[in-house]
Amino acid sequence: MARSIAFRDALREAMSEEMRRDDRVYLMGEEVAEYNGAYKVSQGMLAEFGSRRVIDTPISELGFTAVGVGSAQNGLRPIVEFMTWNFAVLALDQILNTASKMLAMSGGQISCPIVFRGGNASAGQLGAQHSTAFESLYANIPGIKVVSPSNGYDAKGLLKQSIRYEEDPVIFMESEVMYGEKSDIPDEEYYIELGKADIKRAGRDVTIVSFNKMMKVALGAAAELEKEGISAEVIDLRTIRPLDWMTVLESVKKTNRLVIVEEQWPFGSVSSEIAYRIQKEGFDYLDAPIRRITAADAPLHYAPNLVAAALPDVPRTVKLVKEVMYMAR
Amino acid sequence: MATKFSKETYLYWYELMQLIRQFELMAEEKYKMEGKIRGFFHAYIGQEAIAAGCMTGTRHEDLFITAYRDHGLAIAKGVSVNSCMAELYGKATGCAKGKGGSMHFFGKEVNFFGGHGIVGAQIGTGAGLAFAEQYRGTDNVVLCYFGDGAARQGMLHEVFNLAMLWKLPVIFICENNNYAMGTSVERSSNVIDIYKLADGYEMPADTIDGMSPEAVHEGIGRAVKRAREKGGPTLLEIKTYRYKGHSISDPQKYRSKEEVDEYKGKDPIQLILKTILANNYATPEEIGLIDKRVEGIVAASVKFAEESPWPDDSEVLKDVYMDKHYPFIID
Repeated sequence: MARSIAFRDALREAMSEEMRRDDRVYLMGEEVAEYNGAYKVSQGMLAEFGSRRVIDTPISELGFTAVGVGSAQNGLRPIVEFMTWNFAVLALDQILNTASKMLAMSGGQISCPIVFRGGNASAGQLGAQHSTAFESLYANIPGIKVVSPSNGYDAKGLLKQSIRYEEDPVIFMESEVMYGEKSDIPDEEYYIELGKADIKRAGRDVTIVSFNKMMKVALGAAAELEKEGISAEVIDLRTIRPLDWMTVLESVKKTNRLVIVEEQWPFGSVSSEIAYRIQKEGFDYLDAPIRRITAADAPLHYAPNLVAAALPDVPRTVKLVKEVMYMAR
Repeated sequence: MATKFSKETYLYWYELMQLIRQFELMAEEKYKMEGKIRGFFHAYIGQEAIAAGCMTGTRHEDLFITAYRDHGLAIAKGVSVNSCMAELYGKATGCAKGKGGSMHFFGKEVNFFGGHGIVGAQIGTGAGLAFAEQYRGTDNVVLCYFGDGAARQGMLHEVFNLAMLWKLPVIFICENNNYAMGTSVERSSNVIDIYKLADGYEMPADTIDGMSPEAVHEGIGRAVKRAREKGGPTLLEIKTYRYKGHSISDPQKYRSKEEVDEYKGKDPIQLILKTILANNYATPEEIGLIDKRVEGIVAASVKFAEESPWPDDSEVLKDVYMDKHYPFIID
């Protein structure tokens, strides 16, 4: 049996199931307890688990992140919620300099099994400081893993995996605009291994790679292209670090064309890394340059037309696909 | 003249402080004269009484975490002298397998949680260690050390607030040696009594003479008792002095030789030695034997470090992930 539930509910099920299993798991963050979550992800969790394990913090990202990291180094398995990854920048020192490096610096003695999660990237007209997509920034850091799911089903399986089985720090990127989206979740318990991309739509003419909410653009473009007789294969990376480039390469071997759609800024982005990898490993298979659509190389402005102009969309993706197929006018 | 502590305690303090000092003097020589140790190197010399008093004021299960001036506390907590010297040499047998160096000594087995290089970062991480102890319901406490420089970081304020809010079993120990690198306490804030920073969070606080293991033991003892009895954190400002520069490459133009000499006159090792001799806890000959033993341990650690292998090149990609199958990008 499957149930249709919202993304936020899938996340909550993942956390609650793992908290029932393991007392070492706890949830900490701004408004996660009494307020039931700024985006209602943790609704009802305080009532079930109590204030020892569902913990409200003051607005002190650096401080509570450090407490989470220290507690992970001392035997617990925290879930730290950021209201948005934009605020986690204040805590970056703890993630970059402590959580990611301590295993190496201690010669393997001090591990840090912790999950940092929260909304990421643009979510309407929120202005520049609430709209940054951080996957590529965190994916640059050795010692951590970066997950960025596109739907509730994947999110639940990946989050459960991160909480229960990952012994390394996991960056888990959600999206405020996806929290209400429904997906079918089986009644049975399931886990999804990190580092495995998923082919969300099979095709033969071109490969489109994306992740998180830009998967909607990728799939939307594929649907449009189908109307014109173009068969696009759409790959959802799901995990950014480690990057499952093998799945991309296998697809490119078949389609010989690759377009990447992401909401990162362009410099040193996820698409940069994929493009490098595929030209190196699949040079002979490519019939066109690898192309991409990223967010504009600028802070995201407020006005609705500026938001639309700055972010990837279906028409531009369709156009780019036609270019790599040498069909563009 | 009756002493506050037993003969054994004084002798333990003396030997521990001598061990830390002789270890660092030897390491400095290996650094400066022979170039066998590299990187940043921050000596604890002059501050040994803090390590000594903290050791007798706590128990093995209590956790220590500190900044990059970490040799003394690591040795005190029980990280082996051999592995400490080997770490300075960057050898595979080091206490962090040659991956940490001077600033990043670790000894999880003896509850020494490092060795941290970002000023003030470990204030929060240390509170997190305490959070875990409280969560598990133990009565262990965390001794979280930082310098006077770190007292000006935002982390301190966020974490003081959290630690009081949650009554974490952590003792914040500001080792105030009066200089954040070259900037004196007076030049870093309007508030020069660092213990007063606790007032903003209604945290109990105390100042302690850091040149006296006795005073440190007593001050730590009060704070430890409070934390063990679920009374929450304490800030201790321990006034100490480093005889050496901030790091090995510091020309120390910001202070006078007279100032340094004044503190050397209050040297904790000499202070304890005086007490020991005055109370006939040991004869000068017996002290000589202790010194000889310390010298032997330090010499052996040098031999151990020099004879130890470098880490294998393959170690570059080890201890980065717990995940043994992590697919590193290699080209």
